[in-house]
Amino acid sequence: MSDVILRVENLSKRFGGFTALQNVALHLTAGERLGLIGPNGSGKTTLINCISGALYNDDGTIVFEGADITRLPPHQRARLGIARSFQIPKPFRSMSVLENLRIPLEYAAWSRAEHRRITDEAMHVLETIGLKELAGKSSGDLTQVDMRKLELARALAAKPKVLVSDEAMAGLSGAEVDEIIEILLGLNRTGVAVIMIEHIMRAVMKFSERVAVLDAGQKIADGDPQSVIANPDVQRAYLGE
Amino acid sequence: MSKISPFWVSAAVVLAAGLAFTEIVENQYYFTAIYLILQGLIMAVAWNILGGFTGYVNFGSAAFFAVGAYTAIALDKALGLPLPLLIVAAAAICGLIGLGVGYLTLRLKGVYFAIATLAMAIVLETFITNWSYVGGARGAYILTPDKHLWFDSYSEMLFMLMLVLAVVSVAISRKLNFSRLGRGLAAIRDDEVAAECAGVPTLRLKLVSTTIMGAMMGVAGAPYPFFVTYVDPLSAFNLFVAVNAIAMPMIGGTAHWIGPVIGALLVGSMQEIVKVNISSELNILIVGVMLVLFISLAPQGIVGLVQKHFLKRKA
Ligand SMILES: Nc1ncnc2c1ncn2[C@@H]1O[C@H](COP(=O)(O)OP(=O)(O)OP(=O)(O)O)[C@@H](O)[C@H]1O
Ligand SMILES: [Mg+2]
Repeated sequence: MSDVILRVENLSKRFGGFTALQNVALHLTAGERLGLIGPNGSGKTTLINCISGALYNDDGTIVFEGADITRLPPHQRARLGIARSFQIPKPFRSMSVLENLRIPLEYAAWSRAEHRRITDEAMHVLETIGLKELAGKSSGDLTQVDMRKLELARALAAKPKVLVSDEAMAGLSGAEVDEIIEILLGLNRTGVAVIMIEHIMRAVMKFSERVAVLDAGQKIADGDPQSVIANPDVQRAYLGE
Repeated sequence: MSKISPFWVSAAVVLAAGLAFTEIVENQYYFTAIYLILQGLIMAVAWNILGGFTGYVNFGSAAFFAVGAYTAIALDKALGLPLPLLIVAAAAICGLIGLGVGYLTLRLKGVYFAIATLAMAIVLETFITNWSYVGGARGAYILTPDKHLWFDSYSEMLFMLMLVLAVVSVAISRKLNFSRLGRGLAAIRDDEVAAECAGVPTLRLKLVSTTIMGAMMGVAGAPYPFFVTYVDPLSAFNLFVAVNAIAMPMIGGTAHWIGPVIGALLVGSMQEIVKVNISSELNILIVGVMLVLFISLAPQGIVGLVQKHFLKRKA
């Protein structure tokens, strides 16, 4: 068994009277590829927000590399090595595409980056993602698809140990989806654990070693992809009643 | 030997020109007029660090100018410190208050933050109005020292002092603009959640921003009592001065360090011209109209217009 790098226990999150997540438990081993699926509004993004610190959970704990990070602010989690992309892109609009990557390189990854080669490192990430030609372009002027790629690029630039990709492939063509899967697989080969949130099942099945399913704020399945898909609860959740 | 940047060459030229100006020009009006423009410039640069670079638009920053002025009055009365020390003290005290106020208000966003800073300005004004040591509501008279170094008059010396302070302020703002810290502030302005998730310690950086803003505003205010020789809370917390500090960066452009400089020089000199040739009442109207025009037609200010034009030409 490899080491657990991230462990979520008993996590609950409420918005006013609405319970978005209830007693969710989830773990991730170092270097693992986890697919996280669930119908719209099931709480996937909320879970990621709690893991990255963008939102604080009401109950439960989050442990990263053996340390309790439940109350740690997001920037400290990013420095420890948790990076995420945003489902609704949040580019730094006043900056060029390249400058967008400077931020995580100069902050989240500062202890891991070569300070004199920040631009080279940023260019390298852009090349991987296929945004090199747009390096100098203002990030606010990108197309939706390129903005999603930028989200992923910016997360990669943080040199994470755990990367959470929140629907990075929405709106991409079939070939582009394959491209992103390749990028994530390549990243995973360097030892980075990846949580992939995706509605495109083909991508989930191709990428994931394990799949977890959320439905209405609860985890209803967690296991190897084939058996999870075959699970009657999961099929019911997806067919919707 | 490393190359000297055009910025420092320009700074040296400006300072040399200022010195020459004090030798050549006799008419004292010019020194007081330019003093006021430079005061506006320092305030604009200071406002822009929090309002422009960091994106925390606010109406309260100018209160730190008043606190700087009153710090100078109080310490001049209590200890009789020389002006340079008064400026340093004002910077320290206003920086600290900036830090404290930032800590209390920076959890707020947008309009709420702007209103909270306005409330803070009113609290500070009330405090000073009731502080009898510095004259309370009646105000305080300041005796300007007889000595003015080698300059022909005290106002010539103040003019030169203000020029030095302005150059230093602009240099700090420029340095910040191109630094790792400045990029962190820009990330906060663009999207605070994304900045945090990219590792930017947003609260700490915002506190640095309010501290620098406060200190710089205090520096702009410290020489003011010696310039006007009579200060009361109404003149120190002057609405017109506060509006200028916001209007100048907005008109010049807030994202780049040069924006508030351009805005201050343009708006400031226009106001002096209008004041002399027409009336000082018209001034506030003109700034108001310009501000509305720029916010609605060119929200990126003059710098933004130039950049756009330049990019179009290139494309
Ligand atoms: N900040 C918020 N305030 C109130 N309710 C929220 C907030 N964020 C999410 N929710 C609610 O919580 C539920 C879960 O939302 P979440 O975005 O986590 O779903 P999701 O699984 O990511 O869905 P999708 O597949 O559409 O992205 C939804 O009902 C949503 O309306
Ligand atoms: Mg979502």
